[in-house]
Amino acid sequence: MAESLIFRELAGTSRRYWGLLALLAVPLALAAFAYFYIEHYGHIVTGMDNQIVWGMPHVFAVFLVVAATGALNIAMAASVFGKVIYRPVAPLSALVSLALLVGGLALLMLDLGRSDRLIVAITKLNPASLFARRVIFYDVFMVSVGVYLWFLLERRMNRYVKPVAVIAFLSQLFLITTTGLEFGFNFRAAYDSLLYAPMFIAFASAYGTAMFVLILFAVCGWEGRSVSEELSGRLKNLLGMSVAASLFLAVLFLSSKYELLRSRDVARFMLFDGGVYTALLWLGQLAIGGVLPLALLLRSRISRATLAAACVLVVAGGLAQMYVTLIGGQAYPQILFPGLIESSSYFDGQIHPYTPTFVEIFLGLGGVALAAAILAVGLRAVALLPERLDQPAQPQA
Amino acid sequence: MSADANDGISRRGFLAISAATLGGVMLAPGIRLIEIAGARAPATGVSKQVRWGLLIDTNKCTPGCDDCVKACATENGLKDTGHPRTDPQWIRKVELKDMRTGRASSVPVMCQHCEHPPCVDVCPTGASFKRADGIVLVDRHICIGCRYCIMACPYKARSIVFEAITDQNPDVPRGNGCAEGCTLCVHRVDRDEQPACVEACTKAGHNAMTFGDLNDPQSEIAQRVAKYASTQIRADLKLNPGVRYQGL
Repeated sequence: MAESLIFRELAGTSRRYWGLLALLAVPLALAAFAYFYIEHYGHIVTGMDNQIVWGMPHVFAVFLVVAATGALNIAMAASVFGKVIYRPVAPLSALVSLALLVGGLALLMLDLGRSDRLIVAITKLNPASLFARRVIFYDVFMVSVGVYLWFLLERRMNRYVKPVAVIAFLSQLFLITTTGLEFGFNFRAAYDSLLYAPMFIAFASAYGTAMFVLILFAVCGWEGRSVSEELSGRLKNLLGMSVAASLFLAVLFLSSKYELLRSRDVARFMLFDGGVYTALLWLGQLAIGGVLPLALLLRSRISRATLAAACVLVVAGGLAQMYVTLIGGQAYPQILFPGLIESSSYFDGQIHPYTPTFVEIFLGLGGVALAAAILAVGLRAVALLPERLDQPAQPQA
Repeated sequence: MSADANDGISRRGFLAISAATLGGVMLAPGIRLIEIAGARAPATGVSKQVRWGLLIDTNKCTPGCDDCVKACATENGLKDTGHPRTDPQWIRKVELKDMRTGRASSVPVMCQHCEHPPCVDVCPTGASFKRADGIVLVDRHICIGCRYCIMACPYKARSIVFEAITDQNPDVPRGNGCAEGCTLCVHRVDRDEQPACVEACTKAGHNAMTFGDLNDPQSEIAQRVAKYASTQIRADLKLNPGVRYQGL
């Protein structure tokens, strides 16, 4: 058997590394300011109101959580489904997944109306609530991915990698399915479709793979570590399949909403009359996040720069999709009396406006910066990535 | 003996009055205790036998009249802060128009106090809860302000408080960052009074709202829902709200 790969941590003493951390401290400090500002004055200082109660922080948070579950796909392909090519990057995949999840969950916590009651959120769980059950599965997910990472890195524990990987895979599947179902089970007209479950699985795979590839390229580019043609080719295919599945399911979802008379009005709003939401749907989610990257990825051989460009497009499209799904879904009025025209002092029957404030955007970007900081520190502290990624893959785990 | 009889009060009479007074002093507190015991003690909680409900007769509800909304605001300390988009609304008048027939109607909409409330199902901490008598409430001590209940409620009946509240009604504690909605004036109901909206509607002579125990066949509301056709908003969702509408 060939010798195992040599894993190395990031060189951490260079001025560049400290510069990177200092750079990340800027969005983190802005997010801290935003959090305390909202905490002090209440959510009145955000663009949210009693019609649009989940705003920009949720767009970032749900994107990060969805991408986190998808970023684990690479590790799961290696350790559950035996794809040897991904084994050298499996530890990075697990760390990316954990970092993105922590960033997303931190945002959800910091955007609570009563974030000071974190202890209540942890200690009082309503067993009937899908949301509360997800809190338990977030824990199972993080612990199983953490243990998986440890077993991967600890040679003596390598033989137990597969069982723990299977647990991580099942919790990943549960998490992403229930994320989709939280929308699917909601009565609002834009939600209320079980297609959200498979659609979010595809979105997670696309966003997670794109984030993973960008981070892999960033780390390898940072240290001049090379990535083999074979690995980037496989990642390109994985991303291509995920984007194609996302696009297919999104088109299926939108056309089914349009086809059914009971949901045609909301489909018309999303597809044609929704202003910013319609623009973000067509230009952002479908064109920039779907058709364009797919056109780039469908070619048999592409450069690293093209693959990175496709990943950036997928991430941008993903954020657009989250905005359309979350904000657009709330902007469309809730219908209490189907067939009748409704109006009230509580804005019944109206499209609800929403303009995010800077504090919300700062808070959202803080979640991304937190994930990036965890990655920077994690990669510096633990040897998670091989020195070279252009060697034939080893059956190490 | 004759001298004794002339004293004005006989020994027998004295003993009888004394016994009666003593008996009265001893029994009166007991009778009072029985009366107290007969009332609903706070510790005994509420009964599952009761299902509080509202019946709203839309034929009697005048478009433009907002007596119920004003009464709710006064009773529960809901103030106009000048920010209509963020101000909580526990009850609102929804004006309806059927474009096919031209028929217009006006209905008050508040928390529908569902038998299967989605807000309770989704609440991560259990802050949203349903009392045994069917009243759906928010425990402000464990609400974390996640707004999930607002997302889940198909009636737009929940609000969140966006800014600090001052000068609150002691019966109705509220808090910045917490979700809230119509409590069916639970503090009044527990004192055997009517919700403020119902009282205001009746006082103004509209009589469009009837409050009572849907489970008690003798109650006015139970008799009316048995006699007249009434509907529930979004009955297709099978949430079985405790608020019913007549004439929709």
